[in-house]
Order: sequence, then C-alpha cells, then structure tokens
Amino acid sequence: MNKRELARYSFMKSIPILCSYLFVSMAYGILMEESGFPWYDSLLVSLTVYTGAFQFVLTSLLSAGASVITIGLTACFMNSRQTFYSLTFVDVFNRMGKRKPYMIHTMTDETYAVNCTLDLPEKERREVMFYVAVLARCYWMIGAVIGGVLGQLIPVSMDGIDFCMTALFVTIFVDQWEKAHCHFPAVAGLITGIVCLMIFGERSFILPALLVTSALLVVWNTRVEEEKS
Amino acid sequence: MTVYFILAVSASAVITFLLRALPFLLFHGDRKMPEWLARLGSVLPSAIMAVLIVYCLRGAKGDVTHTGVPGLIAVLLTAVIYRWKHQTLLSIFLGTAVYMMLIRVIA
Repeated sequence: MNKRELARYSFMKSIPILCSYLFVSMAYGILMEESGFPWYDSLLVSLTVYTGAFQFVLTSLLSAGASVITIGLTACFMNSRQTFYSLTFVDVFNRMGKRKPYMIHTMTDETYAVNCTLDLPEKERREVMFYVAVLARCYWMIGAVIGGVLGQLIPVSMDGIDFCMTALFVTIFVDQWEKAHCHFPAVAGLITGIVCLMIFGERSFILPALLVTSALLVVWNTRVEEEKS
Repeated sequence: MTVYFILAVSASAVITFLLRALPFLLFHGDRKMPEWLARLGSVLPSAIMAVLIVYCLRGAKGDVTHTGVPGLIAVLLTAVIYRWKHQTLLSIFLGTAVYMMLIRVIA
C-alpha cells in the first residue's frame, strides 16, 4: 500500500472509533459544561489524560472537590487495565522509534481493539496503528469541545449511540473466535468477567477479572507448553 | 482554571501514562520480557474482548429494560450479522440502530 492507501485504510478501520468517540466525548463535554467546567477544561483533560470512563468519574470527583490523592488512586484503579493492553504490544511499539511514547499514551480500549485486528505486513501494520491512534485522539478531542460548546443545542436524543463501542468489541470477539484454534482464552475471559461482575459489582470488577483471567491464561499456557515438549 | 484543577488533572495524566507505560518501563534493552509474560500478552486479546463485552453490559442486571434485554439482543444480533457477512461496519451499524430503537420501545 502507498501512503494514500494506508491513510484510507486507517480511516476505514477508525470509523467504529469515530462513531463511539465522537458521541461519548460529546457527552463528556456536556457533563463538564453542566458541572461548571468550560470547553477548554474538557479539551485539556482529553488531551492529557485521554481515557474514557475515568474522565467521567474525574468530573464528578472534581466538582465534589475530592482530594488529589483520592483522584490519583481512582485513576490507578480504573486505568490499570491499560497495563494489560500494553503487554500485547511491547515488541511492536519498541520498534516504532520516536512514535513509541505517543503510541503508549494513546492506548485505549478501542485502539487496542482495532490494533488487534490488523492483519498486515509488519511495517504497514505499524503505520496503520499510528494513524489510527492519531485519528482516534482527534475524534475524542473534537467531540469534547463540541459537547462543551454546543452540546445543549442538539435537538435529537442520541441516547444509546455509545453501543457502537460494544458492537465493535463483539465483532472483534467473533473474528478472533473464528481465527483461534483453541477457545480457552475467550471462554475464560467471558466466564471470569461474569463471575467477577457478580462478586465485585459493576464499579470494581474489571481489575479482579483481568487479574484472574491472566492467572488462568498463564497456567494454561504453561500446560500447553509442557504438553508440546 | 484553579491550581486544584491543574494538580488533579496532572496527577491523573501522569498516573494514566505510567500505567500504560509500565510493561515498557520494566522491560527494555537487555531486560527482555520473560517468555511466560510474552505468551500471556499474545493470548490476552480475545480474553480482554470478552471482559470488555461484559463490562459494556455490566448494568444489565440492575437495569433490565434499558441495558439488559436490549443490550443482549443487540449483542447477539451484532455477532450473528458479523458471522454471516463478515462486515464490521454493517454489523456495528445494525447492532447500534437496533439497540437505540429497542431502548426507546421497551423502556
């Protein structure tokens, strides 16, 4: 692919992110505005923190005047899942030179998901990952500003549009399911997720779920290796 | 923009970046990632997708009419369309449209 085709391909890959980010970050901009933070505050947070769910929580913490320590701990807890994402791409990002810090900073649920679907030669794959990261970040910031500036003027209720994020995860899940010769990781993630949700509740199940899933997968990997040798 | 706001946002930004960078900070140069961790990284994607889907539907039990029933129907529909046509955008578009319709009709 030449540069133009790569850009086009990256844009196509980023469309699901476009749909979900634009609307979710608009909702964020509106929420910030309603809590008394103008659009440039939303832009600053989206530029520096850049993480979906936590930004919403941060807004309520900020307007409640929570201590910086509380805010830091909440950030730790809610965003620790990103550490797991990085594990998959350590080798790839290490070969990306100057772009590496940017790639680390822009790793989100959605870019991780799209990065997992790229079936391209190594060099092109790295280019597309970078373009997708840049595009996704733009969508997020544009949405936050639009939300802050004109949010309340939008006449139609867009309630439910954020489902496109769920749908994106579902298509990737099915795709990986079809390609995998063993379904243990997918099933382990699903069951652990549901069990942890029931035990720990909506707000705090994701970290225990990821820890338990990882532990299961490490044990499983070891056994597979033993069987091979 | 107050000092408090700037401090809180900087703390959040630094912590979030460090969490994302953690594997890179631990393993670089001569310190290679141990093999078990590299293997974990390569099988994590499908497990993480599963956990994320559960995460997206986490409100299903508490709010059956708004998230639960429409969410489950739309997730299954998205999966079926994807298996059938293998078109990401079409599946996402139809799944989301049906979800948006259902939450208005059922709730």
